[in-house]
Amino acid sequence: MTILLKLEAVTKRFGGLTAVNKFSTEIHAGELCALIGPNGSGKTTIFNVITGIYTPTEGQVLLGGEDVSGKRPDLITGMGIARTFQNIRLFKGLNVLENVIVGKHLRLQSDPLSSVLHLPKYQNEEKEMREQGLVLLESLGLDHFAYDEPTSLPYGQQRKLEIARALATNPRLLLLDEPAAGMSPTDAEGLMKFILHILDYFDLTIFLIEHQMRVVMGICPRIIVIDHGEKIAEGSPEMIQNDQHVIEAYLGVSDHA
Amino acid sequence: MTIESFLQNLSNGISLGALYALISIGYTMVYGILRLINFAHGDLVMLGAYFAFYGVAMFVLPWWLAFPLAILFTTLIGIVIEKAAYKPLREFPRINLFAAAVAVAFLLENLAIVIFGGRPKAFARPAFLDQLLKIGNISFVSYTPVIIITTIVLCTVLILIISRTKAGIAMRALSKDIETTGLMGVDTNRIIMFAFMLGSALAAAGGILWAIKFPQINPLMGVMPGLKAFIAAVLGGIGNVWGAMIGGLLLGVVEIMLVAFFPQLAGYRDAFAYTILIVLLLFRPNGIMGEVQAEKV
Repeated sequence: MTILLKLEAVTKRFGGLTAVNKFSTEIHAGELCALIGPNGSGKTTIFNVITGIYTPTEGQVLLGGEDVSGKRPDLITGMGIARTFQNIRLFKGLNVLENVIVGKHLRLQSDPLSSVLHLPKYQNEEKEMREQGLVLLESLGLDHFAYDEPTSLPYGQQRKLEIARALATNPRLLLLDEPAAGMSPTDAEGLMKFILHILDYFDLTIFLIEHQMRVVMGICPRIIVIDHGEKIAEGSPEMIQNDQHVIEAYLGVSDHA
Repeated sequence: MTIESFLQNLSNGISLGALYALISIGYTMVYGILRLINFAHGDLVMLGAYFAFYGVAMFVLPWWLAFPLAILFTTLIGIVIEKAAYKPLREFPRINLFAAAVAVAFLLENLAIVIFGGRPKAFARPAFLDQLLKIGNISFVSYTPVIIITTIVLCTVLILIISRTKAGIAMRALSKDIETTGLMGVDTNRIIMFAFMLGSALAAAGGILWAIKFPQINPLMGVMPGLKAFIAAVLGGIGNVWGAMIGGLLLGVVEIMLVAFFPQLAGYRDAFAYTILIVLLLFRPNGIMGEVQAEKV
């Protein structure tokens, strides 16, 4: 199996606070892997380091063998990493299709000059970007919302739209930050099926954060557990469930299971 | 007041408002994206006028070449200002950026005094803009419709760019959430530069048209239109391009009409016009087109 993403002893400190401490892991091409841990354990910080919002204090992030640590977020996205957010961050004031088109931005060639002059080359591309956007929305069952304001969509559809926007960047690796947050168990199950579907359909690798363990138990073959910024376990759902550290740190001590 | 003089004043107010509108767009776009009030923006109006003046007077270029070149050079300067003075400060508190903008404004004004000379210069209108026209009993100079039409064309192009093109859509996304836009693969620096480019080009066009309407240019000529265009942007709802256009138009018409209806107030024109605007803002604090903006985290 080829390694797509490799974190090598990644440490992120904010002043005196160590949010992530010597975190290492590998994500293999084509897999669906979950990162779980209690609130404040450093999950989102790891995503922020991978996507270039933060530069790691120590350690390296390698995508397909290439060091991306500290690169500009848009360049990292260009190299094939896309993400969603724990608190949905859709662009209000842009309709659903335009939200997806923002994701398409880096895959479109035109320069500002030709767009100002409205050259024919550009007009074709403008048409194409709308068509491609619609095709993507259709493949995810969102096409009938294309011209709606994103905030008018039902909550679950907003989550899907955020995934659609990330997919528009043509990623190799998709990072999902608590995609099922705020959903009922039934809806969460539906979303997980949707995630399995896109994993296959778009030939992706997915690394997702989840707060509730049971959501990922059924569908992720491999789970990484983090607590206080450190990796405490890694393995199949069965291994994780029976791991003494996990039970203590994650299930036992904290209130939320 | 006769209907003729009313219409005459109206056309005068609309052409003045059109100029405010062109200038205020640059304020509103930059504010929408960076939350920066770019106080140097008014001085780009002055640069546009001077470059056009020198193009015609010194390099003896025809107006149709001198004017676009003036817009081009002003745009380049707008980009340089963004790169040199604003971009390095972007990560710091907003107030630093604001102070830098005021500093750039003084820098441009003083450079202009040194380089262009402090004495006002007479801007020669192209002959076709200097014809006295008459429709019925309304008489006006030919530049009035030209200013209005040029503004409509430029604003239409701008609206098309913002609403339809890839860069325009990215710009709107950027004004909502700059970090997320970057994470979606948009080179945010390029889009910010593009916004400055558009704003500067419109300011330069506004400056040239301003010099055509008021054909005496001086190094501080951008200050007053700049401030008024800023007010127009706030009035329209800062950050909103449609708002800037409407705010500019309204401001021009109110200014002229106030004097038209109450000639005895001519000396207090600005004082009264802006008192009205303060009252308007009391009732619509976010401006005419403004949405309630939550402070960004």
